[in-house]
Amino acid sequence: MNGELAIDVAGLTKKFGSRTVVKDFNIQVPKGQVWGFLGPNGSGKTTTIRMLCGLLLPDGGQGKCLGYDIRTQAAQIKRNVGYMTQRFSFYEDLSIRENLDFVARVYDMKGRKQAVDEAIAQLGLTKRQDQLAGELSGGWKQRLALAACILHRPQLLLLDEPTAGVDPQARRDFWEEIHTLAGQGLTVLVSTHYMDEAERCDRIVYLAYGTVLARGTVDEVIDNSDLFTWIVTGEEVRGLAQELHGKPGIDQVSVFGVTLHISGTDQAALERAIAPYRNRPGLTWTKSKPSLEDVFIHLMGPFREQVTG
Amino acid sequence: MFGISFGRIAAVFVKELIQMRRDRLTFAMIIAIPIVQLVLFGYAINSDPKHLPTALNVQDNSVFARSLTAAMQNTGYFTITHIVKGEREGQDLLASGTVAFLLTVPPDFSRRLARGERPSLLMEADATDPAATANAMAAVSQLPATVFNNDLKGALTSLQATPPPFNVVVHRLYNPEGITSYNVVPGLIGVILTMTMVLITALAVTREVERGTMENLLAMPLQPFEVMVGKIAPYIVMGYIQVTVVLIAALLLFGVPMLGSWFDLSIALAIFIAANLSIGFTISTVAQNQLQAMQMTFFFFLPSILLSGFMFPFRGMPVWAQAIGEALPNTHFMRIVRGIMLKGAGLGELFGDIWPLLLFMLVVMGIALVRYRRTLD
Ligand SMILES: Nc1ncnc2c1ncn2[C@@H]1O[C@H](COP(=O)(O)OP(=O)(O)O)[C@@H](O)[C@H]1O
Ligand SMILES: [Mg+2]
Repeated sequence: MNGELAIDVAGLTKKFGSRTVVKDFNIQVPKGQVWGFLGPNGSGKTTTIRMLCGLLLPDGGQGKCLGYDIRTQAAQIKRNVGYMTQRFSFYEDLSIRENLDFVARVYDMKGRKQAVDEAIAQLGLTKRQDQLAGELSGGWKQRLALAACILHRPQLLLLDEPTAGVDPQARRDFWEEIHTLAGQGLTVLVSTHYMDEAERCDRIVYLAYGTVLARGTVDEVIDNSDLFTWIVTGEEVRGLAQELHGKPGIDQVSVFGVTLHISGTDQAALERAIAPYRNRPGLTWTKSKPSLEDVFIHLMGPFREQVTG
Repeated sequence: MFGISFGRIAAVFVKELIQMRRDRLTFAMIIAIPIVQLVLFGYAINSDPKHLPTALNVQDNSVFARSLTAAMQNTGYFTITHIVKGEREGQDLLASGTVAFLLTVPPDFSRRLARGERPSLLMEADATDPAATANAMAAVSQLPATVFNNDLKGALTSLQATPPPFNVVVHRLYNPEGITSYNVVPGLIGVILTMTMVLITALAVTREVERGTMENLLAMPLQPFEVMVGKIAPYIVMGYIQVTVVLIAALLLFGVPMLGSWFDLSIALAIFIAANLSIGFTISTVAQNQLQAMQMTFFFFLPSILLSGFMFPFRGMPVWAQAIGEALPNTHFMRIVRGIMLKGAGLGELFGDIWPLLLFMLVVMGIALVRYRRTLD
């Protein structure tokens, strides 16, 4: 069984000074799956990914990536992992081809020129291959970074917010590519803030302030939450949202254009709170499952108070 | 662990070469620094300054004294800026540096000259900068033979013959020995290389940290040794380019002799350049950003220029300063270059200065490798 896990770590802990940034982190990712890594900014996603690929030494815990010990076999892990950093970290003063060529040399690839040619062709950048990476737009930079990360045919891809600031079409292409790669047996762990991207993952792990708050498939995460939601549709939902805010029994109210999500953990209290408004004309009330976003915002609630209070 | 890979070293080497070529400012600096320094210091090497301010203390206002001052001005070296009344005033001008020379014509000069007693003039020179005054002194000592030939007529014609009718007594004040100026070219090679080589490698690595590319570099299977060699090698080439510029200028413009072997010189250069590059690499493992790297470079550069024997004669320094000097690569490198160029010495004879360079290089490289970060911690 162990042989089929691409990532298998337990108890990972990382401190910066006296601050614990990641606490007791466990995951077991089977080979060939795509896992999403979610959580608010500063929750420790980047730190965790860095520990997985040997860039940071954990203060506690142990585990393996691709069967190599993350503490002692960082060199082997680095050869077989493709890590795409959150911030573009290829060379802006090198051209697209020069960057890829550098990567190919670093990984001692045989048939270097051919591999680079293919990667450029696949990117659709054959005509612009001599353009400096620094002159590329955000979306193209991300695609270049991804191409560079998979150039050496890694077995595990660690992608840190690879689609931040990328337009929807490019995001869709990006995910197509990721699923193609996963279909070829590559394991992917990808951090993101986008719910639609989370829904494309086999499993998601939700991290807040260094602690895993939820994990599983999207449905499992929603079902396991103790959240109840009503969805209201109508022209006047904005005004209704104002009125409902802060009522006992209502934890969250958020407007999505002409729909309103009202959620709370205590079903009875929630029903009581909305009862006076149920008969307003022009509004349609539906009892529903919470969305993933509702769940995440709910999960963060207690921490938000902790931070501000 | 994996072995050292030539391919990975080549990866860093090629990348660094491309970046170096694209970074026009740094490239320009590398070529401009030797030229600027040569112009600055070259002036000191070839120092033959003219029109030096001179004070006259004439206690004998005769036709001879007037001819004398005219003749002095004609040499081009002196410009009479002050006529002083009394010894005290003249000494003050010298001490304050207002004038470089004080010429005293004694009260009975013309009378004794006429009597054929071969009287003396006193020329006092501010020799704190001996290179600056040496030629002027030589010019003044030529004067007695000819200066009065027009004035010595009639009964005095007999005095025209040699020996000259009077003497100039020269007193070099403040720095009686003086320094040889050939020191400057070997020293200049060392100083230029120290400054640019250390700075450039320090910046080349810190830049990766600042631009965020370090994270990627560390995430790849590159070993510290491979990064170090790959990053240092292109700059060795750069160092040779700089030295070529300096040497061509030294040989053509300043006539510095080259008595030894070019091959020996290039071996010594390779060691010295590598030693400086590894210092730069070490600095980059400590500095958080390019500004800090720059400051640390100057921290290393100052003793290299002040305590290596470049600025001040090494033997004249206090023992503790000499001890620091002996620990600096530039000190040994200057001796080696001076030995090769000026004395025609071979590497064998200079081994006493080669091994400290080698040792320095190895120790610093070791420190750099240990200190080079393998993680982002
Ligand atoms: N090198 C570091 N030194 C000190 N604190 C750090 C360092 N790296 C990250 N942190 C802190 O750790 C926390 C988690 O950061 P990070 O892992 O980047 O979160 P995320 O990627 O989820 O946004 C943040 O509060 C951040 O400020
Ligand atoms: Mg992050």
